[in-house]
Amino acid sequence: MLGIIGKKVGMTSIYTKDGLSLPVTVIKAGPCEVVQVKTKDTDGYKAIQLGFEVNTKKVTKPLLGHFKKANLKPYRKLREFRLRQQEPEFKQGDTVSVDIFKEREKVNCTGISKGKGFTGAIRRYGFHGGPKTHGQSNKYRAPGSIGTSATPSRVVKGKKMAGHVGSVKRTVKKLEIIKIDTENSLILVKGSVPGYNGSYVIINKL
Amino acid sequence: MSDKILREAQKEFIKENLPEFNVGDTVKVSVKIKEGEKERVQVFQGIVIGRKGAGTQATFTVRKMSSGVGVERIFPLHSPNIDKIEVAREGHVRRAKLYYLRDRIGKAAKVRQKKRPVKQ
Repeated sequence: MLGIIGKKVGMTSIYTKDGLSLPVTVIKAGPCEVVQVKTKDTDGYKAIQLGFEVNTKKVTKPLLGHFKKANLKPYRKLREFRLRQQEPEFKQGDTVSVDIFKEREKVNCTGISKGKGFTGAIRRYGFHGGPKTHGQSNKYRAPGSIGTSATPSRVVKGKKMAGHVGSVKRTVKKLEIIKIDTENSLILVKGSVPGYNGSYVIINKL
Repeated sequence: MSDKILREAQKEFIKENLPEFNVGDTVKVSVKIKEGEKERVQVFQGIVIGRKGAGTQATFTVRKMSSGVGVERIFPLHSPNIDKIEVAREGHVRRAKLYYLRDRIGKAAKVRQKKRPVKQ
């Protein structure tokens, strides 16, 4: 699926002509350059590798060689996008910008979700906790019983318990594109997108 | 930097020809109301008791007394449903939010008029 690499700018709201207020996420996407083209003959599948944001700092030698082969500037973020049969062909050095999308189109957005740290079962799985009254003294946010006694005399695998939440790759599907600003390469997507402001977001066509 | 981009993205949705009005002013807000197919304009007049938010998310609260009952409406400043805002009277206030008006009745709930040199 053809897509583009972007950076989450932040959220705001906009108005439709009918006066509805819509929550939108602003993403600064592209322009990306095609660093590598993978074809069925050479790699067994059709894909392009896109580079986003020129890296002005240190680049490792192996990566530098990779960019040199393509005769391009070193990029900070590389990402491969598999192409479907009907999707257009690209050459090395081609630019992919926001105009690959149309307004009203639905897209999938992938990002690294915000880290929440080690959290309890209430926040992690929506457990209800203990009673707040009736003489309760110390089990307000406890998960309760985690199993039976002598049989099986162990805790079942996959039992929902406290643990780390967030900081994982997440995709939000079928987000509607509200507006595209080709001049500033901005995409306004309805709803929220995983990750912090300033984190990388991959926008994929459906 | 991200603030700048956000502002740029909001630009299209922000009204530029809004009148300048402050907290304490009495305003007439013309609101477009859709009834089925027909559209009409309703005027809500009252004192602005607060302004909130920035950019497209900016809102203002208008309070008026309607047959002895206090009514407050929060309007999104840049909403296309707001046809027009007119300043009927400028008020002199020493607060950013006039929530104290809620506890006052009658004459005590008034806002002094702003004294301004007459513009020639």
